[in-house]
Formats: sequence, structure tokens, C-alpha cells
Amino acid sequence: MAERSATRAWRKPVIALLVAFLVFSPPFLSAYWVGLLTQVVILGILAMSLDLLIGYTGLPSLGHAGFFGVAAYGVGVLSTTYHAGVWTSIAGGFLAGTLVAALFGLIVSHVRDVYFLMITMALGMVLWGLSFRWIPVTGGDNGISGIPRLEGLIGLPASGPVPFYYVALLVFAACALLMALLVRSPFGLTLQGMREHEPRMRSLGFNTWLHGYLSYVGAGAFASIAGIMWAYYNGFVSPTYLDLTASSELFLMVTLGGPATLVGPVIGAGAIVILKNVMSAYTARWLLILGIVYIVTILWAPQGLWNLGQRRRA
Amino acid sequence: MARRQPEVVVREAAGTRQVIYLVTQTLNGLFSAALLFLIASGLTLAFGVMRIVNIAHGSFYMLGVYVAYTVAARTSSLLAGTLLAVLVVAAVGFLMQRLFLRRFAAQPLAQMMMTMGFALFFRDAALMIWGGDPFTLTTPRWLAGSMEAGAVVFPWYRLFVILVAGLVGAGLWIINDRTLIGARVRATVDDPEIAAAMGINVARLSGGVFAVGAALAAFGGVMGGPILGGYPGMDFDLLPLAFVVVIVGGMGSLKGALIGAIVVGMIDNFGKALVPELSYFTLFAPMVLMLALRPTGLYGRA
Amino acid sequence: MEPRTAKARVASGLIAALVALIAAAAISSAQTGTPPTPIKIGFMVPLSGGNAQNGRDILNGFLMYLDEIGYRAGGRKIDLIVEDDEAIPAVGLTKARKLVERDEVHVMAGALLSSTGYALAPYITSMKIPMVYPVVSADDLTQRRRSEWIVRTGWSGSQPNHAFGEYAYRTLGIRSVVTIALDYAFGWESVGGFERTFVAQGGQIRQKIWVPISVHDFAPYLAQIPRDVDAVYALLLGRSALQFMRQYQEFGLKGRVRLIGGGTTTDEHVLPFMGDEALGTVTALHYSAALDTPANKAFAESYRTRYKKIPSYYSESMYTGGKWLIAAINAIDGRVEDRQALVDALRRVKPEGLPRGPVELDEYGNPIENVYIRRVERVNGQLQNTVIDMFPRVSQFWNFDPARYLSEPLYAR
Repeated sequence: MAERSATRAWRKPVIALLVAFLVFSPPFLSAYWVGLLTQVVILGILAMSLDLLIGYTGLPSLGHAGFFGVAAYGVGVLSTTYHAGVWTSIAGGFLAGTLVAALFGLIVSHVRDVYFLMITMALGMVLWGLSFRWIPVTGGDNGISGIPRLEGLIGLPASGPVPFYYVALLVFAACALLMALLVRSPFGLTLQGMREHEPRMRSLGFNTWLHGYLSYVGAGAFASIAGIMWAYYNGFVSPTYLDLTASSELFLMVTLGGPATLVGPVIGAGAIVILKNVMSAYTARWLLILGIVYIVTILWAPQGLWNLGQRRRA
Repeated sequence: MARRQPEVVVREAAGTRQVIYLVTQTLNGLFSAALLFLIASGLTLAFGVMRIVNIAHGSFYMLGVYVAYTVAARTSSLLAGTLLAVLVVAAVGFLMQRLFLRRFAAQPLAQMMMTMGFALFFRDAALMIWGGDPFTLTTPRWLAGSMEAGAVVFPWYRLFVILVAGLVGAGLWIINDRTLIGARVRATVDDPEIAAAMGINVARLSGGVFAVGAALAAFGGVMGGPILGGYPGMDFDLLPLAFVVVIVGGMGSLKGALIGAIVVGMIDNFGKALVPELSYFTLFAPMVLMLALRPTGLYGRA
Repeated sequence: MEPRTAKARVASGLIAALVALIAAAAISSAQTGTPPTPIKIGFMVPLSGGNAQNGRDILNGFLMYLDEIGYRAGGRKIDLIVEDDEAIPAVGLTKARKLVERDEVHVMAGALLSSTGYALAPYITSMKIPMVYPVVSADDLTQRRRSEWIVRTGWSGSQPNHAFGEYAYRTLGIRSVVTIALDYAFGWESVGGFERTFVAQGGQIRQKIWVPISVHDFAPYLAQIPRDVDAVYALLLGRSALQFMRQYQEFGLKGRVRLIGGGTTTDEHVLPFMGDEALGTVTALHYSAALDTPANKAFAESYRTRYKKIPSYYSESMYTGGKWLIAAINAIDGRVEDRQALVDALRRVKPEGLPRGPVELDEYGNPIENVYIRRVERVNGQLQNTVIDMFPRVSQFWNFDPARYLSEPLYAR
């Protein structure tokens, strides 16, 4: 568990700095940077949701982008094909993602470790195949474009990158708060106990299957929220939202940032979004550099960046 | 100049067509199985001995065919290309394991992440070194053409690959079952701590097993070269397939890799032929089924 | 101080520095005010991943042209800003935002995949910035979903195939066909175009085989092809075309069933890597590197000298696209700040001396151009797409009235 030692006193000021930056800087930044920060914030929600699984429950999921994608498709299909109102689209997207998580959870909750990794990867690929093949609904490879802008629809007076950013930030703050409460609650503590030593938790009388299942569905629900925001941010949905590359990148954001912290994954999301965009402007070899960055970071901070200074977890 | 087909059109009896179809698909299922076995065997060994989920395994497959291509182009000898490809990739694998992965022997998650980093690195390095053009290896002349038994047509080269994979499989089984090194590997898969206590140098063994696994993947890449060739992105194309085989067969089991490869190869081929709309699912359905019902696979250990 | 604490301090310092750096960069970039004098062109193609080579070909064609004109047009210097869209639409949109909003480009060009083309269209339209699509071939982008701000200098997927369907029936004497094509919009539209005219002439499509984009082993599909059909129409591209050709011969179909197909199946981005198995394949496209005109010979020679390979249709796409863009810029005397004038000029100009022949844009922003029927032959030891016939002035609507054409649905599976 966390050590409240002096070695980690640096974390509070850094969080304060980041929060201040996220809240106060956007009006002074160019639209492009506001856009990047919006991406960081939305993907931050997604990364935190995966942290619930990987970090707190000890279930490494390699198909988590699936729920993100399903919710985004929900928004896409409802708002374009069916011309549904914004709240219907949002509700529909959320329900779609969460229900798929509830369904898949039934299949995956009894396995652990590498088997959990594999089965979630396979299910993620099944969802991707579906988004590719179910052409009448998903548009196949071309995806669905023409999703209307969110700001006007939800009653905001102004429209544009900055208003949208603040909406995303608000959603992010709400999700972060909910997830933080969740992991500190008795339920969250049980999850962490499961992560540490599942047989012991079982012998104490906890239904670990149910806890794993609920954690999976909860993570899926939060991922769906991120998916909804992503659909509105881009204005389109595409199978690339939930392919293996997307799930792998997401996995890396969490594990690089530092699992079981909620803050770490957000930092991971931020680092990767910004690195990719900044680097690719200067070199075509950004993927190579990214690979090296991963390797070096793991060598140097195997528990993730945010967990530096923490006693090594077995 | 237009070449018209003769007016008299030969219509094959429906029944014969079905049989031809069946035979061809079965043979091709075996061919897919052969390639899958070569790739999956390394993956399953790495997991069995070191508990490593090697995301960069597809990269070994890719590097194998790329190196063979370069060497064969310079020396006009596919054999030299094959040999060098296997050796070079084995060396890469060995170094990767010893210098990087070994440091996190007790942290499977960190190891896996590191292999992810390597996968990205290899992928872009290959693009940088060889460029993005696709290529195929030249089929050796003595294997060109196809066997024609009645109305069944099947390429000789594919039959050759099936044979070679079978021999490799037999060789691996002999080594695993009948030699000292095989016994040591089995002991380490069973219980690394006791194995070390018995005097087995687990570190060196791990490096060796990883290298052999990489070599097998590279060999698979070269074997597939004349038919599937090399192209950017092939590393991630084949990786999910290899994982399906390993899961179905059971992680850590060579026998499982063989049976799993055959099962997956057959399902994939027949699935693509009979229900093409579901082609993305025909592969992952067996995997999900197996994991849902029996996560350790057909021959894996808990 | 223990190593772990030191590490932690370094980490915190690094993170703080990173944040500060980003903040500084972000804020400083928000403060650019003076309008720059060079003409800024934003260009975006995949430069990493599986489509990297095609993206690079497109870029190379453009670079070659810009070099020829010394990076100057309309009396001003040209600043080309290149971004990698990774063949992922969301990344494409992010890069587009960067180019348009941060780099403040005057005009955009590029995109390879149709999915990126569709994803960018609403953004380009809302930002009212002209964009040239040199390659994106999704039919609908210059039909029902056309945008005032997007001009296509390439082709639409069904365009050459309308002509080819007629050619196959009338000239090649083919009566029955089995199609095998990649299972996405590009495949459906190519096959759809071919089928429409071929069947109208009296031909029969016996079977349509669709292969997933991730295909590498065609055996399950090749086994389904009956030997008594007149021809197989294949629509593939990149490594799948290479693999298909090899395996088509492997399974003994090469000598038995005639092979025809969409242009990308034998395009020069893969043709040099094929062997004798490709000989005799007849395809249709709006370009061939072996086109025997002075303009193309000069282009191909120049390209070969500079890049050590023969130009593919991707290479030619943005060479022509570049010529088109520069002609438009020159037509408005370099006043690219007037975006409306620029997009109007793009639709108006008719540059000459294009490698692929004469081109003009129709009202929907799609080229009316020649369609070449090519056959793969070996000349001077190298494979090439010898042009054996030509259909002049082919539009995306073929011979149909546009209104009637548009009232019918898009080609689907």
C-alpha cells in the first residue's frame, strides 16, 4: 500500500500545478493546444477507468478501448442515422457501452492474469470486427461522420474549442471524483485486497467473482463516458477507436503513468498525446522514439512514473 | 486479342466439386497450421519458461523474412538467407531477453510492457532500414508449380512447408522429451525455483529458450516468405493468431501449440471459405470459448 | 539520499519542467500575430505504419514538382508543412487542426484513406479552407457528400471501372466473371462500377468473393473459383496484390482463367516486386507509368532519376495535384489569403502537360480524365503496364445523367 513518506511529498505540488494549468491556461492558448488538452482530458478519463481494472483490481485488460468505441458508436448512430436529440444520444451511448461491459463481464470475470489479458484482447478484436462488418449500422471502414457539435446542443451560449474543453474538463473532474471515491470506499478496498491476494479475500468471505465483475462493468461505464466525449470532440466515429492499437496504447498510458494511482494514468495519457503530436512535427521516426521512450521508462520506473519513490510491489 | 473460351463448357459434377473443395481446404488448413505452429511454439515456450507474454514475437517473424530477403538478394541463395535470418533473430532475441527482460523476471506486467516498446521499435526500425515496399521471396525452382491429383490442385511449396514444420515439430519433441536440455526446460517450466535449486542455470536457460523461440518465429517468417512475403505491419497481423493458438493449445505446452495450430488453421480456413461474412470472428470465437470454458487450454497447466 | 528518493526528485523536476515547457510552447504559439509572407501549404499523408510507402509516394510526387518550380508561386515563396496522419482518421483530424489553426496554412492537400477523407470533410468545410484530395477515391465525396471546399484531382473508385466493364465485354469478349475484391468501400465501388456496365452489355457476374483487408492467404478463396468462368476480376492493392498474384499462379489458375482487375492491382507501387505471374493481366486506371506521351516520359524519367523507382499512380497523383494547386495560386496572383478565390480558381483551372493526360474538373469537383486500359508486359527486362486502349474524357458518372446517377444508391456489397 502507499507509503506516506517524505519521498512522495513532491506529488501534491505537481498535482496543484497541473490542475492550475488545466483550469486556467486554455483561454490563453491557441486553439490547437486547447485541442490537445481536450484530448488529454478525455483520454485521461479513459485511462483512469482502465486503472480501476489494472491498478486497483489487478485485472490487466487489453481490450478496454472496446467500450470506449461502442459508446462512441452509440452516439454516432443515434445522432446521425436516427437524428436523435443530444441527451438521447448520450444516454444511448452510455447504455450501449455499459451493457456490452455487463455482457462481456460475465465471460471474463472468472479468469485472471495472462488469461484475462488474452480474453479481453480477443473480445476487443471481436468488437473491432463488428464495427468493420456491421456496415449498415457502423458504416464499416469509413465510420460515421457528421456528429453535431455538442456545445450548442447542451445549451451553452458559445461554441468552439475553449467551451468544449471546459465541458470536457467538468466531465473529467466529475469522473475523477467518482472514481477516487470508489477506490477509497469499502468496495474499492476490497478490490485492492483482491489484487494483492485473492485467495485470502475469498477465505474472508468476499465474493471475488462479483467484485471483479462489478469492477469490470464500472470501468466500462467510465470508459463509455470518455467514448461519448470523444465522439463529440472529433465529430465522427471510426473502427480505429477500438482496435488493438488503441487498446495497447491505452494500456501503455496506464502502466507508464503509474497504475493504482488514478493520477498516474492521466499523466501517462498526457505524456503520450503530447509526445506523439510534438514529435511527429519534427521527425517521421516518432514511433521509433516512442518505443525507446517506453523501454527506457520501464527500465527506470517499472511501477510507472507516478509511483516513483514507492516501495516495489511484488 | 480476345481469347474466347470453347463453347462446350465442362461442368464438374457437384459432388466431385465438394470433394475437391474439402481436400484443398484441408490441405491448406494444414499449411496454415504449419506456419502457426512455427510461430506459436516460440511464444508458448517463452511463456512456459519465463512467464513472458511477448508482444514483440510478431516482430521476430517479420525480421526473419526481411533479413532473409536482403541476404537472398545479395547471395542469390535462399538457404543462406534462411540460415542468417534464423541466427540474426536468435541473437536479437537472446540479447533482448538477457539485457532487458531478465531484469524484471518477477514482474510479468513490466516485461510485457517492455516487449510492447520493443515491438514499436522494431516496427519503425524495419521501416527505416528496408523501406515500406512489400516483397515476396522467390520460391525455390525445384518446388515451383503445383501437384495435380485428379482435379485437386495444390502447390508443392505449401506441401513442403507442411513437411518441414512437421519435422521441426518432431525435432522439438525429441529434444524436449529425450534430451537433457529438454528435461531441464521442462523442469524450469514446472517450477523455476526448484529447478534453480537443482543446479539448473535458469538465467542462461531462459535466454536460450527465448532465442530459440525467436529463431522459430523467424524461420516461420522465411517459410511463409514465398507465399505471404514481407510488408510493414505484418508483425501485428499475425500476432493475434499466434496468441489464439497458444491459448487454445495451452501456454507452455509444445504439444498444445501443435494441436492448437491445427485446430486454428482448420477453423480459419473452413470459416473463411464457408462463412466469409464472419471471417473476423472465426478466429476469435475458439479463443473466447476456450478461455471461458477452460482457460488453461487443451494441454496447459494451471 | 537513497537512490529511490533521488529518482523521485528527478522525476518531479522533470515533470515540472515538462509542464513548464509545454506551457511556454503553448502560450508562445498563441501569440503569433504577424501574417507571414510565404504561401503555406499543409500536407498530410500516412508516413508510418502499413500505408507508409504509398503516403511517401504521394509526398515524393509533390516534392518533385515543388522542386521543379523552385518552391515559388504567384510571386511568393512556398512553405510546405508535412504531417503524418498514421492512416488513423482521429489523428488526421488532429493534424488538420494543427495545420489550419496553429500553422495557419492557406491551403491543405493530401489524405490517402477514404476514412480519413470522410472524417476531414466536415472540418475542412467548417473552417472554409480549400483542400485538394489527390488520391482519396471514395465515390460519395464528390457526389452526395461533396463539399464546396474540397477538390479532387485524383479519381473516384468506380470511375475507370465503368469504362472497363464495357471494354471487358466488347473488346475482350468476356461473358462471365468472378470478382474477388477487398471487402470495404473501395472494393465495393470498384466492383460495382465494373458490374454496372458489364452486366448492362449482357455479361454475367457469377460470384462475388470478398476478402477481408487483413487477408494474406488467398487459398480459401481461390479454391472457390470455378475453372469454367471467362475471367477473374481482382481488386487489390499493396501487399495483398502481390500475394494474390503469387498465389493465383501457385494454384494453377494463371494459365487457366484469364485475370483482369482494378488498376491498383498492378499499379507500379507493387508491380516491380511481382514476377512473371503478373504478365498478361489487363487492368484499367487513369494512369500508367508506361504511358507513351512526352509529358509522362519526362515525368517518369525525372522521378526515376530522383527516387530510383518507377512512379506509381500515388506518385503521379500529387505531381498533378501540385500542378493543379500551383496553377490555381498563379491564377489568383498568389493572393491565397482569399480562400474563396482560391477554391474557385481550383475548380476553374486547366493545367496542361499533366503526366496522365488532359484533365478538367466537373461541377462536383471530380476530374474528367482519360481511362487507360493496360496490360502487364515485360519490356527491356522490366514489368510495365503497357497502355493498349484508352477511353477519353471519362467522368465519375460515366454516360449517365448526374441527377439520375445520384438518385440511385452508392455501390455496396
